[in-house]
This record gives sequence, C-alpha cells and structure tokens, in this order.
Amino acid sequence: MSSQVSTDSQGLLDEAEQGASLWQDAWIRLRRNRMAVAGGVTLLLFIILAILTPWIAPYNYEAQDLDLGASAPSAAHWLGTDVFGRDVLTQIMYGGRVSLAVGFIATAVALLIGVTWGAVAGYVGGRVDAVMMRMVDILYALPFMIFIVLLMVVFGRNVLLLFLAIGAVEWLTMARIMRSQVQSLRQQEFVEAAISLGLSPTAIIRKHVVPNALGPIIVYTTLTIPSVMLLEAFLSFLGLGIQPPQTSWGLLISYGAETMEEYPWLLIFPGLALTTTLFSLNFLGDGLRDALDVRGSKD
Amino acid sequence: MLRFILSRLLQAIPVIFIVITATFFLVRAAPGGPFDAEKVVLPEVKRALEAQYRLDLPLHEQYFAYLGDLAQGELGPSFKYPGRSVNEILFSGLPVTAELGLYALLIALLIGVTAGVFASLKPNTRQDYIPMSLAMIGICMPSFLLGPLLVLVFGIYLEWLPISGWGAIPGDKVLPSITLGAAYAAYVARLSRAGMLEILSQDYIRTARAKGLPEWLVVVKHALRGGLIPVVAFLGPAFAGLLAGSFVVETIFQIPGLGRFYVQAAFNRDYTMILGTTVFLSSLIVLFNLVSDVAAAWLNPRLRSQISGGGK
Repeated sequence: MSSQVSTDSQGLLDEAEQGASLWQDAWIRLRRNRMAVAGGVTLLLFIILAILTPWIAPYNYEAQDLDLGASAPSAAHWLGTDVFGRDVLTQIMYGGRVSLAVGFIATAVALLIGVTWGAVAGYVGGRVDAVMMRMVDILYALPFMIFIVLLMVVFGRNVLLLFLAIGAVEWLTMARIMRSQVQSLRQQEFVEAAISLGLSPTAIIRKHVVPNALGPIIVYTTLTIPSVMLLEAFLSFLGLGIQPPQTSWGLLISYGAETMEEYPWLLIFPGLALTTTLFSLNFLGDGLRDALDVRGSKD
Repeated sequence: MLRFILSRLLQAIPVIFIVITATFFLVRAAPGGPFDAEKVVLPEVKRALEAQYRLDLPLHEQYFAYLGDLAQGELGPSFKYPGRSVNEILFSGLPVTAELGLYALLIALLIGVTAGVFASLKPNTRQDYIPMSLAMIGICMPSFLLGPLLVLVFGIYLEWLPISGWGAIPGDKVLPSITLGAAYAAYVARLSRAGMLEILSQDYIRTARAKGLPEWLVVVKHALRGGLIPVVAFLGPAFAGLLAGSFVVETIFQIPGLGRFYVQAAFNRDYTMILGTTVFLSSLIVLFNLVSDVAAAWLNPRLRSQISGGGK
C-alpha cells in the first residue's frame, strides 16, 4: 500500500517536471525564432532607454535653441532639431516613455479586468456566467473607437483617462479568452481530481487553472500592447490624446506631418521609432504564440 | 436563416439603445455649456436659445424628447452652425466617406486576397514569406504615418499625385484610398492565408485533387469559398475600423467627409453634432456587423444547416 502511494507521488512529480519542461520547451522554441528574438531584444533595449532617459538623454527636454531652429541631423544633434531648435532624439526618447507607458499600463488594466472577469464567469458558470458574458457581448458590439474620442472630448484630455478608456476597451477579448480557458480546464480530469480531493476553489484557481491558462494570456497580452500603442498614437495624432508639454510618438508624428515638406526628419524618425516598436511586439507575440502552441486567431 | 437574422437584429437593438443613452448622458455631463464659449450672450437671448435646443427642460424630458426625434430620423440642430441641422451636415459628408471607404475596401480585398491566397499555395517558401512580411509592415505602419509618407514621396518629391482634396483634381482620390486601405489589405492577406491553409488540408480538397482537377480549379472552385469565410466575417469589424480610419485620412488629405466633421465637432464641442454623429455612425457599424455575420454564416454550409435546422 505504501509503495502504491509512493508510485503515485512519483507520478505527480513526473507531471510537475513535465510542466516545467513545457515552459523550457517553449523557451527553446522561442529562441530558435530569429524574428521573435530580434523583436524581444529591440523591445528590451527600448524599455531600458525609456527608463534611463532622464539620465542619458543628450539634451534637456525643455531646452530650446531658437537661433538654431530646425536643422538636419548632424554630429551635435544626431536626429536633427525641430523648429524651436529642440533635439529630436531627446524628444523621441521622452515621447517613447509616454508611448510605452500607455501601452504597458493600459494593457495591465485590460489584463486585470479581463482575467478576473473571465475567470469568475468561467469558474462559477451557470446564470452568473451567462449574464457576465452577455454583458461582454453587448460591449463588444459597441463602436469603441468613436466612444474613446467622445470620452476624450467630454472629460478633457488627460493621460489617466486615456489609460482607463483604452484599458476598458481591450479587456473584452481578454475576458473571453480567459473564460474559455477556465471552462475547458474545469472539465479536465486533474481539476476534477483536485475538487474531489477537497481543494478550495481559490487554491484550484491558483494552482491549476491560472498556470495552465497562462500561455494564451501571455500571447494575447503581448499582442494587445501594440494595438494599445497604436490607439494612443491615433488619438494623439488627432490632438485628442497626449497634450503638450508632454509628448508621445503619435504627437511627434503629427507635428512632423505638418512640417514634413521642409523638415522630413521630423516625421521620419518618430515614425521609425513607433513602427520599430510595433514590429518588435508583433514579432515577439507571434513567436510566443508559436512557442507556446496557442491556437486561435489574433485578428 | 430568417430566424438567425431576426435574432441578430434583436441583439442589435439593445446595443443601439445603449449607444444612444450613454452618448446622450455623456454629452450632457460634459463640463461647460455650448453657449458660454466666445461671446457674451444677453440673458434673454440665452434663454431663447436654450428653449430652442430644449436645454431648459429637465434632463429626463430632454432625453425622451431626443428619443422621439430620433424615432423620426431627426438628429437635431447643430450648436455651432445655427440654421444647419445635424442631418444636413451628415448627409453632405456621407457620400464622400462612403466612396473613400469603398475604394479602400476594394483595394484591401483585391490586394489582400490575392496576396493571401498566393502565399497559402506554397507555405513557408519565399512565395509565402515576401507577401506576409509586407503584410506585417502594413499592420505596423499606422495610416497617420503612411499617409504623410505617401504625400511626401508621391506628392511632393515625385509630384505624381495631388496631395489633398477629393474629386477636385484628377488623381486626388488615389493617395487617400491607398492610405486607408493598406492596413486592411494586410489584415485580409493574413486572414485569407490562414483560412486557405486550413481549407487546403481538408479531405474534400484531397478528393478534388484525386479526381485529377487542375490545381487552379481546385483553388478557385473548391477552396476559395471556405477559405474566405474569415475575410467575410472580418468585414464587419473592418467597416468600423475604416470609419475610424477616415477620421485620420480625411484630416490629412482635407477631405470633407464624415470623419473630418466628427473630429471638427469634437474640437468645437458641438455637442448636438457629436451626439448625432456618434448615434449615426454607431448604428451604421452595428448594422454592418450584422450583415457581415449573416454573410459569413451563409457562406459556411455547416453553420447554415445548423441555423436552418431551427437552432438559435
């Protein structure tokens, strides 16, 4: 009898090890994907630059040189200056802080709401689930792009609202993914076993459901960040997002577009920064999806 | 099928109702009245104006009066342009935006489907990688960057095409349509590639090939219909995206369409205009989602028999 127990625990151990090697497998697969690695490295570099900006930016954020005015890229100003003689590289670095922060924070808001909502709906099931998902369906059908513009008009254009508004849009898909994950996991034998062993719902969610649902959530999170950043840039371009004296890549692109005829570098460099970041995130997300073997469509 | 359409229609009604209600109260909650902006208005004039716009009534009466107007298709007068109704402004912009959206959609479908199908025929070869990399660029290149860049290259440096306007100079519709359509071409390419890859691995395709059908006939006659279902389902969301995209494109190219009016109304705080436009555009989007859902269901034989079989 005692040997029986030990083989059982041996089996559990094996399973635990397999669980770990699943992530190792994914890591190896991800590392083989050159585009995903390049995306990840670029992204990491941009994040480090954004964090260190106040110390390593070549010029002061507010520094102007009205005598110099707009100048093409040179040794003193690698990416040129704008009409006020402000260093473009410095502007892009500070703008990147805002753009990346909006991307990550708004996504975190979406993640928090979506995962909680989906987990509760999926785990509780029944009528609660039906009502909760019905609400998601209705919200899904709302034209949110127009609503965000409306929100920004009605409540003024502040960054906090921008985070909330964008986060409030993006959590819906997250909730759907999480719910379907939880629902399919609930019917799995190992969860039934855990229930019959008398594990509490919180323990089951924490130990069994969340780790197993993590893959799709990670992938979708990575792919949500670029769409959030695009949304911020879109609003800022229209003048409805980030307001001066703060800046973001979207705002820099909109300034650049106004003067591109004379000073094309004011459009090209912020555009390059935004596009490179979006590229990196999309490639990393696609790579993660393949590595973690997540099915389902991103589009 | 009819039941399916009806049930979808019933789902759309609460959505539109929520849009109307939420927009109405949001706009009314906005700080600052529409008349306390620039000039000082005499109290009696202000009162007369408020009566004209029904601002003197209690909020709930305003709401029900507005619902009554909407039921008659009346979106009310504009705050900023006295004497012009929101309906007039909307319908002057609608044909322009509809035309722009149509061209953009045609570009997206033509280029997207061709590239996607092409890529799916030889997956993981150069024929796949090149169009798909281009599609990735299309997705990562937002319209507000692509537009100015196209203007810079083709309008200013090469001087091939006009840089703004709509229908005034020949060729001025080219750049806006491409700018708006490019990102959707990229999405359509990815969707049709994925859809085709799935269909091409099905048994009935193998059967068709085993019968000795030429490959192009297998693709055109058997695979396309199923492979393009995701694209059809995407058309609904794409329509919403195209409308939002028209905000940017019409601003860049100075096109007098719905999108530009909406952005202008947002800046002018023209509340009735914002309210009217939001309700109008939202209803259009909800309607279009409905149409694309129904079309996608109709194209999918499995789903169709399920629907006709009396399910919901």
